[in-house]
Amino acid sequence: MPPVYRGPFGKPQAERLLWRAGFGPRPGEAEKLAKHGLEGAVRSLTRPGRERLAGPKPHDDKGRALAPLDRWGHDQLWWLDRMVRTTRPLQERMTLVWHDWFATSRDGVDSARLMLNQNRLLRRLGLGSFQALLTEVTRDPAMLIWLSGTDNTSESPNENYARELMELFTLGAGRGYSERDVREQARALTGWRNDWDDDLGPVRFRYDRRRHDTGSKRIFGKRGHFDWRDSCRLCVQHPQHPSFFVAKLWSYFVPVAPKPATKRALQRLYVRSGYQTRPVVEAILRHPALYTGPRMVKSPSLYVAGLLRGLGRGVDTEAWTWLMSLAGQQLFFPPNVAGWDDSRWLDTATFRARWEIAAYALRPHVVNDANGIPTTAPELLAKARALLGNPTLTGRTEATLRGFAHRALADANVGWKKHQYPPLIENALRHLLASAPDLQTC
Amino acid sequence: MSHHCNEFSRVSLLRRGAAEAGRGLPAIESGMPAPAGTGLDRRSFVAGAFGLALSVYGLGKLGLFEDGIAQAASGPAQPVLVSVFLPGGADSLSVLYPALDPNYRKLRPKLALPESAGPVFAEDERLHWHPALQPLATLHGEGKVSVLPAVGYTHPDQSHFTSRHFWEVGATDARLASGWMGRYLDHAGTPDNPLQGLSLDYQLQPALASTKVPVASLAAPDEYTFWAPGVWGEVEERMLETLRPLGARRSDPMLNQAATATAQADRLRRQLAPFAANSENGFGSPVQYPQGDDSFGRQLSGLAAMLGANLPLRCVALTAPGEYDTHSDQPQALADGLDLTARSLLAFQRDLEARGLADRVLTLVWSEFGRRGEENGSDGTDHGAAGSAFLIGTRARGQMVGEFPGLTNLDEDGNLRPTSDYRGVYCSLLEQWLGADASAVIPGASAFARPALVA
Repeated sequence: MPPVYRGPFGKPQAERLLWRAGFGPRPGEAEKLAKHGLEGAVRSLTRPGRERLAGPKPHDDKGRALAPLDRWGHDQLWWLDRMVRTTRPLQERMTLVWHDWFATSRDGVDSARLMLNQNRLLRRLGLGSFQALLTEVTRDPAMLIWLSGTDNTSESPNENYARELMELFTLGAGRGYSERDVREQARALTGWRNDWDDDLGPVRFRYDRRRHDTGSKRIFGKRGHFDWRDSCRLCVQHPQHPSFFVAKLWSYFVPVAPKPATKRALQRLYVRSGYQTRPVVEAILRHPALYTGPRMVKSPSLYVAGLLRGLGRGVDTEAWTWLMSLAGQQLFFPPNVAGWDDSRWLDTATFRARWEIAAYALRPHVVNDANGIPTTAPELLAKARALLGNPTLTGRTEATLRGFAHRALADANVGWKKHQYPPLIENALRHLLASAPDLQTC
Repeated sequence: MSHHCNEFSRVSLLRRGAAEAGRGLPAIESGMPAPAGTGLDRRSFVAGAFGLALSVYGLGKLGLFEDGIAQAASGPAQPVLVSVFLPGGADSLSVLYPALDPNYRKLRPKLALPESAGPVFAEDERLHWHPALQPLATLHGEGKVSVLPAVGYTHPDQSHFTSRHFWEVGATDARLASGWMGRYLDHAGTPDNPLQGLSLDYQLQPALASTKVPVASLAAPDEYTFWAPGVWGEVEERMLETLRPLGARRSDPMLNQAATATAQADRLRRQLAPFAANSENGFGSPVQYPQGDDSFGRQLSGLAAMLGANLPLRCVALTAPGEYDTHSDQPQALADGLDLTARSLLAFQRDLEARGLADRVLTLVWSEFGRRGEENGSDGTDHGAAGSAFLIGTRARGQMVGEFPGLTNLDEDGNLRPTSDYRGVYCSLLEQWLGADASAVIPGASAFARPALVA
């Protein structure tokens, strides 16, 4: 079995787990989770109770219910709301993992309906058998459009899906397949078709035997009259698949590659479980590297959903769509079939976008008058931290923020400033805290 | 209800990053080409010495750019080509209209402009300028505008997406993935000066997509500011000062990545502060640009200021204000777009003249196609073929290229036939203005006649 973390499991560890396996803690949630110990905490995430959506219901800028099928950007808000309100955060996090893994963009699919159906599919099968997930994704209408599955016919094969199936979804570029395998897989995957409706767009996705190439194919050195199910099965059973699967899945939770022994142990676990995702995720969430290794940079959706969870605020503005887009992540629009590049979330442009996100998150909480606002630096900082759900801070950041509050209070050297500055300082502390490196990472 | 067609709104949404309110996207035609430059690596970069935040596309030797830009800036001044795109397919029969042609009245019973509305076009008195184009008529009178009344290509494609792509890549080739200006820069540019190809936009203008050398995009040098609700005055200054210590080195690599981004953002904020402070007076421009919500005037004044600061630009691309896909409500929409565009271009020309830069810059104004000869039933016009284009600058030859084809010989779809080919125009600009070998840039260059464009 892969190694298990044996160190103390207190608030900081529970906090990290809630960020890595979900969208961050609600106020008090990390403290509560810490009481369960590592094993109980992990199981509460991987084997959660019935889902509830807790907290204020989402609405758009005019106070209307979201219309994810009909209004631009509401699909993204609909999902963001789930990230914020779900009581099954890992389920939502895995949906995001698979959205990135099987990256499908509305840019090519051009249908909110199909994108949301795919999203539900990813949510439903996210912690189960990978082979079942892969098989369902292969015949998912959004994917059939996105990677030309319904253009792939026995008469004119289209290799789009066949190639990505192996390169991006199951084996990795150049790992254990040839160009011939791509061509033969494309033949095996033939048979899907759909109709076109002027109002609805693509409809009636179905398997049509007459479009399927029934001939014999040779894939990975095996010969047979393979079809699309065989295509998926052959990929999952390929000897190079477990190492690809384990390394890729790991990378969503821990930013440095696993040691060879860990990797081997995870592969064994995966194969023995019959290609199940849940046991591998559980092993990763128990692994020492998650608790003792370096931090991770939050993706824009994690950053936004986490801020809202910490503030106890729901999705109540459409601004998140363009703000997340500015920060480099528009849900349902991954940049290409390889998904988002997790190593490149932060640059000067996206940092400014996150500053703007903090402004939108904090705006309803702005304090305007001095009543109830403390007048010492430590108290001001404590109040700002409390608003954001009391996140754990590095000593450096805490000292920097306290230093700011001290200097700004020292500027308040005349009567009116003494009265007026503390609320301004409190607002500034909240903004600096929300955009500090500690809250950009987890 | 907007006046443009679904395809166009989809195209513009796709191109602009799409965070706009709307009713979802209409269908895309299968076979539409991906814009040139799609998938190019983008990296952000600050040319510190010049205080510019750039997104750099293409090769990744970022460390060298600062030196490369400085070196290029110290070399001899190069000619500059500016491309201004009128999005949507501007109606060439309104841009220059045959006021007294009875066929014009017949084809355009509702939309025909009155004879007295716009000034006469001196080179062909059958034609009048659209009244909103008075600024161009003025420059034309000074010999600073070459007019192309019907420019296009044979077998015109009436998809916005495809026709625009053809213009951007300089060939009627849906698969070509590099822009025509990008390929010119691949030949004539350097590996370390991203400013040589500058997209004044939030993203890369496809005409600039290169394959070998880096190019850059710069949306707004004056918008890099940090605002926090409920914070102002001294406290705000203290807050912003705190970004520097928050950006100090950390031992955790990812925490350090976030700290580095903080430090870089803070440095950039300081560097761009002069631009932000200067933007209200148009970056210190000696002329007044039209004011408005649109950023076009500000982009042009920023461009003139950058040229004035001797930044080593060679090809620049940007999009004009207005939507020219006038399927309905054409009179107002067209007049609004043309008015702001033409007044801004006149201000840009005057700015360049005042700064002594006018002999270094030519501006090509183009659209992906013109519109149908016959108006439709909803005060608009549908997609057509040949469109109008202009070349503006003191070095423009100032003479019409290709004649007005008239309305008696429309093509089988009822559209204007081209009397000049845009690829020939590109060849002329490459050879006569940029001093380049057109055959290395434009596929099949030898087949196209070269109009005389440069004086």
